[in-house]
Amino acid sequence: MIALEVNGKKYEVDAAPDMPLLWVIRENLGLTGTKFGCGLGQCGACTVHLDGVAVRSCLTPLSTVGGKKVTTIEGLSPNSNHPLQTAWIAEQVPQCGYCQSGQIMNAAALLAKNPKPSDAEIDTAMTGNICRCGTYQRIHRAIKRAAGVRA
Amino acid sequence: MTSRRSFLKVTSAAGGGLMIGAYLGPLGDVATLSAATAFEPNVWVKITPDNKARIMLSMLELGQGVMTAMPMLLAEELDLDWNDITTEWAPADPRYGNPNFGGAQLTAGSNSTRGMWKVLRGAGATARAMLVTAAAQTWSVPENQITTDKGEVIHQSSERRMKYGALVDTASTLPVPKNVPMKEPKAFKLLGTPLARLDIPEKVNGKAQFGIDVKRPGMLVARIVRPATFGGKILSFDDAKTKAVPGVRQVVKVSSGVAVVADGYWAADKGAKALVVKEDPGPLANLSSEAILKQYAEIANKPGNVARNDGDADKAIAGAAKTYERVFELPFLAHAPMEPMNCTAEVTADRCDVWVSTQGQTASQGAAVAASGLPASKVFVHTQYVGGGFGRRGEADFVTDAVETAKAVGKPVKVIWSREDDIHHDFYRPITYMKLQAAFDAGNNPIAWKQRIVQQSLQKRLSGNLNASKGIDFISVDGAADLPYAIPNIRVEYQESDPGVPYGFWRSVGNSATGYVTEAFIDEMAATAKKDPYEFRRALLAKQPRHLAVLDMVADKAGWKTAVPAGRARGIVVHKAFDTFVGVVAEVSVNNAQVVRVHKLTCVVDCGWIVNPDTIKAQMEGGLLFGLTAALKGEITIRNGRAVQSTFADYPPIRHNEAPQIDVYIVPSTENPGGIGEPSTAPIAGAVANAVFAATGKRVYKLPIKPEMLKANQTA
Repeated sequence: MIALEVNGKKYEVDAAPDMPLLWVIRENLGLTGTKFGCGLGQCGACTVHLDGVAVRSCLTPLSTVGGKKVTTIEGLSPNSNHPLQTAWIAEQVPQCGYCQSGQIMNAAALLAKNPKPSDAEIDTAMTGNICRCGTYQRIHRAIKRAAGVRA
Repeated sequence: MTSRRSFLKVTSAAGGGLMIGAYLGPLGDVATLSAATAFEPNVWVKITPDNKARIMLSMLELGQGVMTAMPMLLAEELDLDWNDITTEWAPADPRYGNPNFGGAQLTAGSNSTRGMWKVLRGAGATARAMLVTAAAQTWSVPENQITTDKGEVIHQSSERRMKYGALVDTASTLPVPKNVPMKEPKAFKLLGTPLARLDIPEKVNGKAQFGIDVKRPGMLVARIVRPATFGGKILSFDDAKTKAVPGVRQVVKVSSGVAVVADGYWAADKGAKALVVKEDPGPLANLSSEAILKQYAEIANKPGNVARNDGDADKAIAGAAKTYERVFELPFLAHAPMEPMNCTAEVTADRCDVWVSTQGQTASQGAAVAASGLPASKVFVHTQYVGGGFGRRGEADFVTDAVETAKAVGKPVKVIWSREDDIHHDFYRPITYMKLQAAFDAGNNPIAWKQRIVQQSLQKRLSGNLNASKGIDFISVDGAADLPYAIPNIRVEYQESDPGVPYGFWRSVGNSATGYVTEAFIDEMAATAKKDPYEFRRALLAKQPRHLAVLDMVADKAGWKTAVPAGRARGIVVHKAFDTFVGVVAEVSVNNAQVVRVHKLTCVVDCGWIVNPDTIKAQMEGGLLFGLTAALKGEITIRNGRAVQSTFADYPPIRHNEAPQIDVYIVPSTENPGGIGEPSTAPIAGAVANAVFAATGKRVYKLPIKPEMLKANQTA
């Protein structure tokens, strides 16, 4: 059994130490908002926070999580009212929606570190998150809206 | 070959006869109304005494906004209060078929609004008429004195109002009227407004459930090991190492390969990687993209089947003052939606359930019927949110995988494909070879256009052969045979060839090739005629008012007549697909290393009367970027009978930092609706290619546009 804290809740999971955090979250804990897109850290769909830092959970072995606090999209805000979630709705960002948990978690880590990012800083920070529906322009606008910088 | 299973063919073989036979007609009228706890005049809407209106969703939500747009169509005619509507996914049931697919339930071909608007508006208008009759009877006033608004019937002169919910009993006793007239577009209240999409709130908090998120009690998870080559076979396998992986439960043979069934995906994936297989690579083991294109070039040396023949192109070319020939080549393309293919199935002796992200309930049911051996009446399809379709999920191979595996192990099984499985075993956009000839008279006026297309035939996948169309594939020549330009001699030919690589429907389908090629070639003809590319098109579109209006507007919005920012150049296109007209101006730069950067896209769309303008804009934006990936990066290369590319590293999509600014404008229109999911994907490569020419003087004849190609191509 390996101890784990996810979204403020403590869990004991029966899983192999090399099992990626992604599958622990999705299959053992049943939190399916975090998505599998490639399993190779190329697409960002699986992005979660470890102590507030965005990581690709598909490449994060369970054994490396230790006492770090894991936050998934389900734990980002108590009532889906994180400024980014509100902005995502205001800008009508998602299409299929599959990549958006990862996009939001990545953007949330960016804003936590850099509350007023420039266009170039947003570009750099968000480049690892693929959206095949092509919602990048709306994602960009929503991040600026949430940051309160001129869109 | 298993992977060649056609989605519509499966449908008609396995379930379609029954389904289409039971299809009730466009309004899905229910002959007798159920008892009066609710008013349910047809299969689409049910009003309950609490004033709620439940609207059934037959088209699936792939991100294109149908979950909102379809209820808008019905709610408009029924004058519902938008806050009172609820929605529910329709099961696989012929009563929910799309008339544009002969009654099949398929979300494809930009056909949701186009196929369903009459059905849904008709259903709403019919329900409204019955509520009006019920109110007139209740109040003893003439029907023509009753109006409706926001879920209420209103008798203006006596200032009486009643909620629809209060009329449920009375309305349910009335006969269902036929041919109730629909509103004129100018009377629309909901249609044309940017209503917020109903699916978005649960797509920002992780609650939206996709197929891959489904969980059933006792469920196992499987990954399937498939033959490496197209047409290959797994002769035998050694699963000793696989079974040694903790969590692996069973290894079973299925028609697509060998399923490694485990407690979870991680174990299934590990087990699959440990499986030792012995394969017969089959007859395509030496196949390559180069060899296919070489064969296509030979085919294109001979006349094809004639899809269009205006005047006498050959004679005009023979007598022309100037002629030239150009060859265009486009690669296979994968769909690569973000949600890998998956399906969950549960099979017992008398029942089969599948939970699936799909574009087709009918095809999914058909595949499950075939794989389970149960009749359609015992096979239930539970559709989920779709994490990207783009045509890939009109197939049902992943349903076959799951049902076969679940049946073999006797437990609920979710089959999940890896990203590598997805890219290696797609139904690709066909590789394409086109040869075009242009002819001009002594005054430099265009007098002939000749185009020969060689491509695998999607039409053949649907209908088995091309006999009825005399060898023409209407999907392949779509966007070419309907060339809008007034050139006196036009000849478009098609020749089918099938090298054996699985091929399918990829966003904008035939237009994904023809939209680029026709617009790149007409641009070169403009240069030959020494005309501005916009003005040259204008002059040839005098009798095409919708093309012309879109072209004029996009030129105006993009500032075509104004100076381009330093270091950039513009390219223009206009193209019709799926009854929708799209004009694009691309603003690009090409650096010293010949890398193309797209800075800005201006897009104008005429898709008829508007359902939801924000959804139209979103689809234009998304369609353009989907096509931009293909223009600049997308390529599946076949070598040794298999796809060379495997992941997002070697099949890279456009990323955030590469996405251009996109401005979309919608032409006001009262024409019937066109599609919006695909039309902007078709012409974007042409816009970029034409801008590259404006920037460098080099023409692009091959996609994707690579720096080494531009370096090599020194002349215009």
